[in-house]
Amino acid sequence: MARRLPQGGRIDRARPIPFSFDGKALSGFAGDTLASALLANGVSTVGRSFKYHRPRGVFGHWTEEPNAILDVTRDGRREPDARATTVYLEEGRTLAAASVNAAPDAERDRLAVIDAFARFLPAGFYYKTFLWPRWGLFEPAIRAMAGLGRLDPGWLPAAPAAPCNRACDVLVVGAGPAGLAAARSAAEGGRSVLLVDDRREPGGVLLWRGGEVEGQAAEAWIADTLAAIARAGGTVMSDTTAYGVYDHGLVCALQRGAEGAPDRLWRIRAGHIVVAAGAIERPLVFADNDLPGVLSAEAGLAYLRQYGVLVGERVVVAANNDAAYPVALALREAGAHVSLVDNRPAPRLRRLAEDGGVAVLAGERVVRAEGRRAVRAATLASGARIEADALLVSGGFTPTAHLYCQAKGKLAWDDALLAFVPGAPVEGVSVVGAANGVFGLAAAVAEARAAVAVPKSGGAPAARDPAALDAAPAWPNGDAGGRAWIDLQSDVTVKDVGIAARENYASVEHLKRYTTLGMATDQGKTSNVNGIAALAAATGRAPGEVGTTTYRPPYVPVPFSAIAGLRGGERMNPVRRLPLEARHRALGATLGEYGGWLRPAYYGPGDMTEAVAREIRAAREAVAVFDASPLGKIEVIGPDAARFMDFQSYMTLSTLAPGRMRYGFMLEETGIVFDDGVVSRLDENRFRVSCSTSHVAAMHARFETWRQDQFDPARLFIHNATTHWATLAVSGPLSRLLMERLSIVADLSDAALPHMAFVEGRFAGGPATVARVSFTGERGYEVSVPAARAAELHERLLAAGRDLGVAPLGIEALMALRAEKGFVVVGLDTDGTTMPHDLGFGGPRLKRTGDFVGKRSLFTQAAEAADRKQLVGLDTVDGAPLPRGAHVVARDGGRLRSEGFVTSSYASPALRRPVALGLVARGAARHGEEVTLRHLGRELRARLRPPCAYDAKGDRLNA
Amino acid sequence: MQIFTCPFCGARDETEFRFMGEAGKQRPEGGRAVGEAEWAAYLYLQRNEKGPVREIWMHQPCGELFLLARDNVTHAAEPGVGLRPEGA
Repeated sequence: MARRLPQGGRIDRARPIPFSFDGKALSGFAGDTLASALLANGVSTVGRSFKYHRPRGVFGHWTEEPNAILDVTRDGRREPDARATTVYLEEGRTLAAASVNAAPDAERDRLAVIDAFARFLPAGFYYKTFLWPRWGLFEPAIRAMAGLGRLDPGWLPAAPAAPCNRACDVLVVGAGPAGLAAARSAAEGGRSVLLVDDRREPGGVLLWRGGEVEGQAAEAWIADTLAAIARAGGTVMSDTTAYGVYDHGLVCALQRGAEGAPDRLWRIRAGHIVVAAGAIERPLVFADNDLPGVLSAEAGLAYLRQYGVLVGERVVVAANNDAAYPVALALREAGAHVSLVDNRPAPRLRRLAEDGGVAVLAGERVVRAEGRRAVRAATLASGARIEADALLVSGGFTPTAHLYCQAKGKLAWDDALLAFVPGAPVEGVSVVGAANGVFGLAAAVAEARAAVAVPKSGGAPAARDPAALDAAPAWPNGDAGGRAWIDLQSDVTVKDVGIAARENYASVEHLKRYTTLGMATDQGKTSNVNGIAALAAATGRAPGEVGTTTYRPPYVPVPFSAIAGLRGGERMNPVRRLPLEARHRALGATLGEYGGWLRPAYYGPGDMTEAVAREIRAAREAVAVFDASPLGKIEVIGPDAARFMDFQSYMTLSTLAPGRMRYGFMLEETGIVFDDGVVSRLDENRFRVSCSTSHVAAMHARFETWRQDQFDPARLFIHNATTHWATLAVSGPLSRLLMERLSIVADLSDAALPHMAFVEGRFAGGPATVARVSFTGERGYEVSVPAARAAELHERLLAAGRDLGVAPLGIEALMALRAEKGFVVVGLDTDGTTMPHDLGFGGPRLKRTGDFVGKRSLFTQAAEAADRKQLVGLDTVDGAPLPRGAHVVARDGGRLRSEGFVTSSYASPALRRPVALGLVARGAARHGEEVTLRHLGRELRARLRPPCAYDAKGDRLNA
Repeated sequence: MQIFTCPFCGARDETEFRFMGEAGKQRPEGGRAVGEAEWAAYLYLQRNEKGPVREIWMHQPCGELFLLARDNVTHAAEPGVGLRPEGA
């Protein structure tokens, strides 16, 4: 059993930190990770495996960890599936860890019985077994039995942090010996340097392997190098994982918030990326190699040197390379009884190990780990059995070249190193040190310094020395008995790989998807190469011929909250605010988002139906004031403006007299209605387009595009003045009376200001425009003043009209008013097939001689088809409102066929019945016809009529 | 995240740009008289080439259209070129 040694490690024993695991109170020290603290407390089973519920213990010591995946609750906030090896204990913060996929806990998991049926559950079992009658029947139960942590649905990041951008000449990833050396050289060479490292303390492998670097002891060399980097202006960021390389060399990094600070995303643009991310040790694969107590050899050394934790009293180290020898010696020196089982017949370090008190069994290998809940012994190929409470495995090293691969680098198999190593250089990316397969300390440091000597170079050819590790093949053996685990996190065995190969999943990408090898949250950091080797053996190929799967970001799991940053809640898609918002609120408005703006839906207390009816009455019987400020006001200016407007619009606009307005459509080139609106001619060379609120940005971009593409940009200017002006629409039979009281313009007679005309006036000493236009069907005036004067205008209108019964009008009431009139809202009452002649505006199509956007498309076979959907009004037959989205149906040989649908539906207080608009095939020719509608299983009856249900002659406009 | 170079504003993040179409497409003149096939080709047929392409993009903050030569396989992008004649 693992235990804390009385001294040693980089922890602060003066600062104990309590924490809990599966409800048990435990204690660690400042500097501990959750994993080291669990080991120090003798916890051997930390969780249950994903599929078979096998007991699992800590295997690794950092991001490669496949087993110690825990739900970690810190200060009451739960992070699911945290890697215990990378979670630091922190003073002053509570930490409760719970095992995943286990109930009630890892020690007593009820579903452990599943493992007894393991031979019935090989790779592909679920796919094959539960296909009939359908997977969905079984899925909930299977999902409940397998999986990892639990999400807390109420969880929100306490203090989200905005992603930060950063640029530098040289970005160095990894603060091990190679990374530190590269950063120092580059910084001292005058380049701006950013060094990121995912641990809290820089030094990388030197923190547990130590050694001598450039003539200095590791500790001193790290300190000197960091000081030199700082002196030369370089920056070092710890706790920061560069997890992805994206287009054009963008590197994204996750900075994990220490001491309760939020996680932060960094977007880094570097001229030169130096990948010095080290290498990860591979396990050896033998029967029951997943038992708690089986750890990577590197982890055994890291726990000893960094945390003062001895992983066992009787330790078997199984290896195929020289790197395990210092591990065995260090553990022996710390007091453990150590045997080293080496598959090489004549390891050159044998004498050194034996002199240090380690028993070496050369030419021998472990074939099985013994024990039920934890390792008790190791059985060797010769049949010998060694008692052990820890079994450390080292099957060679896999360079961490993920970022190079994401930057489109291709790995090559090195048969001497027994590793995939970076192949051809990628421009702007250097891979150095162990990440490049250079395992000697001096060679790695020299390579790193050389890589940054020439700016932006891909680096010199690597000085890889196979003798540095002297690794011998020790690949998974498909013939061995028992269950030998390749991927601990997704529970994939050597047999599973064999099954995949037999079923002809011979491509590594197919193997991955069929067995889930490498698909867990550890992304196969310890398992992929063994899986590739097993597939190679099963299909008679070399690992290099099998190749690797595609490397994709992120290198480690990244919380979505860090990627989202501040873009959550209201900031997800910020609404635009009206200049009059405060006044609307003071009037008791209920605000809602309409077309990206926060606008009054209705005013006053009580429910919406009552409020809307009240506002509609005011508009129809007295006078109402609507805030139309977000309505588009795009100005088209210049000597070519009239020609431009004719080309843009479906209606002719060059014939419009200055001071007059015209309603019309803009079409897509496909002839589909893009938007509607009113165009005013301000003078000979100046038009103002009041497009609908939700189309302002698109209309502006469209005008700019045509201006630059088909016109002379020097003779035409487009100006979006939408937010310069606030617009209040004063509407109702008493609107003229109210307008006269404000004296914005002198003459409001219908002769001076007829419907669809406008005049300039003055308001509060500033400019104002008064336009006779109506979206309600009543007499109406739209008053536009500079946005800064909006509140004053609004206040004066409501004050001056008090005795007239003036009321503020919300958008819900306006929508009902316009529906009574049959006025369309483009995008609501039209869809992606609607052309202007479908809306009753066929004139320009037939009469206009000049070209305009979309014209040719109005004369295609489809545009001239007899059964086009056309705008109609619909009256309910039995009094029940017609729901929006209800389909008009026809019987067609016993089958129901849709002939169209309801697009708008409102209660009409003026007509005392519901009103609806819709698009119905041949609708314009079917007025008076009774039709059947279907909606969510209900059947309704309605009569088709012309779109306008209220004041068809338009008398109210001049009432 | 790619970086494109607007001929007026310089190197900017790709999210500021909007694809407008393949370069070289001409709008058929003649309104209603344009042949059906020619109009359909204008509306719907794209070359959709793999590799080096020439496209029209808009830099939305400044609203200017420009020619962008880029490679849709390697994602290499040349600096944008303005469409206006010299002096316009």
